[in-house]
Amino acid sequence: MTKQMTGAKMVVQALKDQGVEVVFGYPGGAVLPIYDEIFQQNDIRHILVRHEQGAVHMAEGYARSTGKPGVVLVTSGPGATNAVTGITDALMDSIPIVVLTGQVPTFLIGNDAFQEADTVGITRPCTKHNWLVKETDKLADTIHQAFHVATHGRPGPVLIDIPKDVQFATGTYVPPEKARVSHYQPKVKGDRAAIEKLAELMETAERPVFYTGGGVINAGPAAAATLRELVDATGFPITSTLMGLGAYPASGRNWLGMLGMHGLYEANLAMHGCDLMINLGARFDDRITGRVTDFSPQSIKAHVDIDPSSINKVIRVDIPIVGDVGSVLADLLEIWTARGRKANREALATWWGRIDGWKKVNCLAYRGSDKVIKPQYALERLEALTRGTDRYITTEVGQHQMWAAQFLHFDGPNRWMTSGGLGTMGYGLPASIGVQIAHPEALVINVAGEASWLMNMQEMGTAVQFRAPVKQFILNNERLGMVRQWQQLLHGERYSHSWSESLPDFVKLAEAFGCKGIRCDAPADLDDAIREMLAYDGPVIFDCLVEKHENCFPMIPSGKPHNEMLLGEASTEGAIEGVGGALV
Amino acid sequence: MQALNIKKGASSQSAYDLRDPYSDVIETHTLAVLVDNESGVLARVIGLFSGRGYNIESLTVAEVDHKGHLSRITVVTRGTPQVIEQIKAQLERMVPVHEVHDLTVEGPAVQRELALFKVVGTGEHRVEALRLADIFRASVVDSTLESFVFEITGTAEKIDAFSELMRPLGLREMARTGVAALSRGA
Repeated sequence: MTKQMTGAKMVVQALKDQGVEVVFGYPGGAVLPIYDEIFQQNDIRHILVRHEQGAVHMAEGYARSTGKPGVVLVTSGPGATNAVTGITDALMDSIPIVVLTGQVPTFLIGNDAFQEADTVGITRPCTKHNWLVKETDKLADTIHQAFHVATHGRPGPVLIDIPKDVQFATGTYVPPEKARVSHYQPKVKGDRAAIEKLAELMETAERPVFYTGGGVINAGPAAAATLRELVDATGFPITSTLMGLGAYPASGRNWLGMLGMHGLYEANLAMHGCDLMINLGARFDDRITGRVTDFSPQSIKAHVDIDPSSINKVIRVDIPIVGDVGSVLADLLEIWTARGRKANREALATWWGRIDGWKKVNCLAYRGSDKVIKPQYALERLEALTRGTDRYITTEVGQHQMWAAQFLHFDGPNRWMTSGGLGTMGYGLPASIGVQIAHPEALVINVAGEASWLMNMQEMGTAVQFRAPVKQFILNNERLGMVRQWQQLLHGERYSHSWSESLPDFVKLAEAFGCKGIRCDAPADLDDAIREMLAYDGPVIFDCLVEKHENCFPMIPSGKPHNEMLLGEASTEGAIEGVGGALV
Repeated sequence: MQALNIKKGASSQSAYDLRDPYSDVIETHTLAVLVDNESGVLARVIGLFSGRGYNIESLTVAEVDHKGHLSRITVVTRGTPQVIEQIKAQLERMVPVHEVHDLTVEGPAVQRELALFKVVGTGEHRVEALRLADIFRASVVDSTLESFVFEITGTAEKIDAFSELMRPLGLREMARTGVAALSRGA
């Protein structure tokens, strides 16, 4: 039984058949037939954004907090080009997103028609794959393929460009179960022999460390659960990248905290001094490795990744295992148990002794104040007042993001949404709305800096319209804090364009958007102000005026190895010189 | 139709693959990439090379399996062993890519280019050009009283050598394809 329908109807039908509940989008000339179909149904909810970049970040927040692909619908030309930043962000952070773009009719393609852009050409390098559909008969199949590609292997964004005449024309609908079987079937199961070899090395390792990344989150909640079991069974210390926070609980016994450029002292020194590094779904990003030639010089390195191109890209590893982290973890745990859970307990105790020594350095210590709110203090209070609640956190990009990663604690996966790879300022506000749409009853907080937040502040309109009670917790230092920090350390304290002049009154801005504004500038008032924010049933813009010149520590300056971290103000003099100055 | 008839993993079984995988020596490799013959696929592959800073020394593309909609891209690239491995991994993970074969490590392979040379001249030069063409087994595919167009196939080195010889004899224009390559044996 083949069903005939228009391309526009096919889009909606295919989305329904793929289990899509929410679409984030913005209408325009080249997608009007699809919007017409959306109007005539009630199964799929459409969230009208204020800018297409916001739509993609919302879809990312939705995807990261649910594990399901996020769906975006935008028009041709500027609709598509506005989405490019979000799409690139999703590519860098491996977030499954399906973007549907309208295109000018096929007979106008190449004519420089109104709102025409070479969308497939522009997005080729920033999608996992993309398609221009020129025949209505192929539309449904292509959409099903797109969902398959976005969610299999290393997840990522895909894009389908649909010319307007293809939306109007009638064709045959293909349901998902009748769709072509894709030849794209990445390997899920890891090589058994390699996993056994790893288990063997784990038994004799004297200074092992687990180094986990976003791959564990992407592998699903079961992978995170297996990870916990394995860490408990081995007694090994565990650290994580920014993207992997929550896979192992921050309250867990073996947790070292985040590693990397602004990671914890104990985590980075454990990475530097280990003799066995077990990388699970992380990719040796330059924020993690510091100077590559001095990265963890004495260790045997195992790397589990579903993407073969991640292996040996930056750091040469001894035991590469290509496969889904969840599947490999399950195999590893099984082998570890079958072999009798024989960790080198004596050496491990010594190793933990050294780690406990590093912990005593108390690297997150900062100078408190009773006059001005320290950003670290604000986050400590936010953590204390929201701990144990059904809480999701998103962030923008900069100092506040790193402080959030240091001072907020995550006990489960999918609770922490941040722009890691691309570092997209303006990510957090729309992402928080996407999370809230997926979890209407949960507490969703965007920890922001005032400069980042302004980049997509128009999305407050979306939050108000769709009654998404997102809390915008803005650490306002009237500076581009991270830029200012680098200029202080690296550019002779010449603060070129790194302050925020002419900032809006955020409380009045909140009122203008029709939501609640709160301002706080005294440490003594902070708890009450945060409670007021949490108690308000609706979106809140919280303007938290903080210390303007606080620097984010610890810090591994670019071009330095892990054991040369800066711990505080006193250690910064002459810290970055030579080639490090040229790195970002 | 079997488009790529290459034994998989031939090198990993070979007792003679003694390359240091992490040496810093720049190597030249010939890769055969079997891809879906869909619109934009060549742009995708080339974009990968330019976007990630890899070299393309030579590139040849043609459909090799009409029914299966498959094209074969033969690309000659240069890099350290680590970069070559990375190129292969990056190619393999592309959605329209079915197979990637490194003909340089997967056992012996034949490589050929085709070139057309237009040589203009009269008298002794013309006779000499014809004599050299004979030695190189180039054939004359067009002729006027003062010109020849030679067609020659061979390795890149052979074609380079022929072009050097033709230059003083009135070489006017040259058109060359990229490398086409196949593994030897069944």
